[in-house]
Amino acid sequence: MNAMNHSEFRQDIAPGETLLAVDNVTLRFGGVKAITDVSFDIRKGEVRAIIGPNGAGKTSMLNVINGFYHPQEGRITYRGQTRTKMRPHVAASQGIARTFQNVALFKGMTTLDNIMVGRTLKMRTPFFWHIFRQGPAMREEIEHRKFVEEIIEFLEIEHIRKVPVGKLPYGLQKRVELGRALAMQPELLLLDEPMAGMNLEEKEDMCRFILDTKEQYGTTIALIEHDMGVVMDLSDRVVVLEYGQKIADGTPDEVKKNQKVIDAYLGVAH
Amino acid sequence: MFYREAGQYKKTYSADMAVFPILQDRIGIGLILLAAAVIVPIFGSNFFISTVMIPFLVFSLAAMGLNIVTGYTGLISLGTGAFMGVGAFACYKLTTYFPQVNIIIWILASGVFSAAIGALFGLPSLRIKGFYLAVATLAAQFFLEWCFVRVPWLFNYNASGAIEVPQRTLFGVAITGANATPTMRYLVLLGIVVLMTWIASNILHGRIGRTFMAVRDMDIAAELMGIRLLPAKLTAFAMSSFYCGVAGACMMFLWYGGGEASDAFNINQSFNILFMVIIGGLGSLIGCFFGAALLNIVPIILKFGLPAMGLPLAGATAEHINHLFVGSLIIFFLIVEPHGLARLWQITKQKLRTWPFPY
Repeated sequence: MNAMNHSEFRQDIAPGETLLAVDNVTLRFGGVKAITDVSFDIRKGEVRAIIGPNGAGKTSMLNVINGFYHPQEGRITYRGQTRTKMRPHVAASQGIARTFQNVALFKGMTTLDNIMVGRTLKMRTPFFWHIFRQGPAMREEIEHRKFVEEIIEFLEIEHIRKVPVGKLPYGLQKRVELGRALAMQPELLLLDEPMAGMNLEEKEDMCRFILDTKEQYGTTIALIEHDMGVVMDLSDRVVVLEYGQKIADGTPDEVKKNQKVIDAYLGVAH
Repeated sequence: MFYREAGQYKKTYSADMAVFPILQDRIGIGLILLAAAVIVPIFGSNFFISTVMIPFLVFSLAAMGLNIVTGYTGLISLGTGAFMGVGAFACYKLTTYFPQVNIIIWILASGVFSAAIGALFGLPSLRIKGFYLAVATLAAQFFLEWCFVRVPWLFNYNASGAIEVPQRTLFGVAITGANATPTMRYLVLLGIVVLMTWIASNILHGRIGRTFMAVRDMDIAAELMGIRLLPAKLTAFAMSSFYCGVAGACMMFLWYGGGEASDAFNINQSFNILFMVIIGGLGSLIGCFFGAALLNIVPIILKFGLPAMGLPLAGATAEHINHLFVGSLIIFFLIVEPHGLARLWQITKQKLRTWPFPY
């Protein structure tokens, strides 16, 4: 579904094949190692959870994947292409979208405009037509507006379409942020604690949206979450980080039984 | 009660995305344009047109320019005065070299030169933000101001060191120079301002405007949406300077009718326009007009209105009272509504929609 023009990328990745592979990645900030020699992969069409105690390097991992941080060692292979340094806007053009732990919406803009910004990469009309807001510029605007309206309907946020997002409650802001990421029609969607600070009902809604996204759009999802119930229900495979190192990787059931994971979360008697 | 959109259904997305989706707004803007284009030239005295309306329009245009970069893109610029100066000098040089081309074309084309210079001085904005960027743009102000005085080529080596506005005509009627009537100059200026406001509104309502606002509200997330920050910021600077440049050219050719650039385009002018934008409302086109009106028309009313009402004020006292009064007005409006007059206007409209009910 993603019509990117990057010929060097593999377009034919079948569900279940590796979409993104992280190999021996190490990330340092000065003397502090945020991530040490971590490897894992994300397969197309799956929901992959990244969990771990606070400060384990989960968000840093997402930042490495979408180009905010450049790891000192290791390789990242996305759709068959190994990348070196890359800016976030390039990651965006390659089909990686992201939501943030603390909502990073455009506060002064309406819900509609926020989600429309997600379509920026797909809009190509030259500056000239925007001067008149006629012809190709307007046609493009309407075409993308239709797509955005589909997302608004999908996320059930019709009633706040024209409300500036700064005025919305937290749960709805999270939903709008998901909508903005979906507007990019991403191949890989990174969700950083999508359920943080939500009540049970909002969490259930969000779970539903995440599963529907996977079903309807075939998006691959990597998700960081602290609510273990949610993680175990949603994800196909889980990778567990602690102090920047990988301590477990596998299906939710395997991870649940792993002694290292239990120790990391519950502590060890000394 | 009268201002209510009940029953106005939008059946297409283009109707919903219109700049004035409500019928009453469209009627209102039509009436304002009619008043500006017909009633003011017919009934306004020469004095009213040349001391109130022309400066008001010039400042509105300049404030619009600054608002694009500061209000919409969130980059503070203190180089407005200098960018206006670039426009004025570019227009002067162009009409000197090619006198046969219509002056209106050169006024609009002069914006291209200040856009280029503005984009150049906008380069630091990728790395610098907030107050630090304001200081960086001061460099533009000081450097260009120096050029205006020290590079005689700019003012055609004339002895006064000032721009001498030549007479230029449109369809045989003088529109610049000593023989142009205020009404003629006003009408040309009005045409330019209406055209440029329409264009600004078009651009800011579309993809490019959203890009600017995304950069303003959360630049990290904007980059993640695939927006490249440097081109976006430079576009904002170029577009802003374009508007400032045209405003500067209008100021020299349609208002001052010539004069020394070091007076018209100094740092005070930059601050003056920044205040208009802040008081009018950051990120609002109508706010530019409100801000320009408050900071420009109120002093004139005080200066000429009070003596007319029988309060005899001598020159210096009038000037001081003027400063006091405008200063306290600014404080008053900012306390009442920190987001500027545009927000006040929005609240008023909302109240009018629900009147006579509270909500």
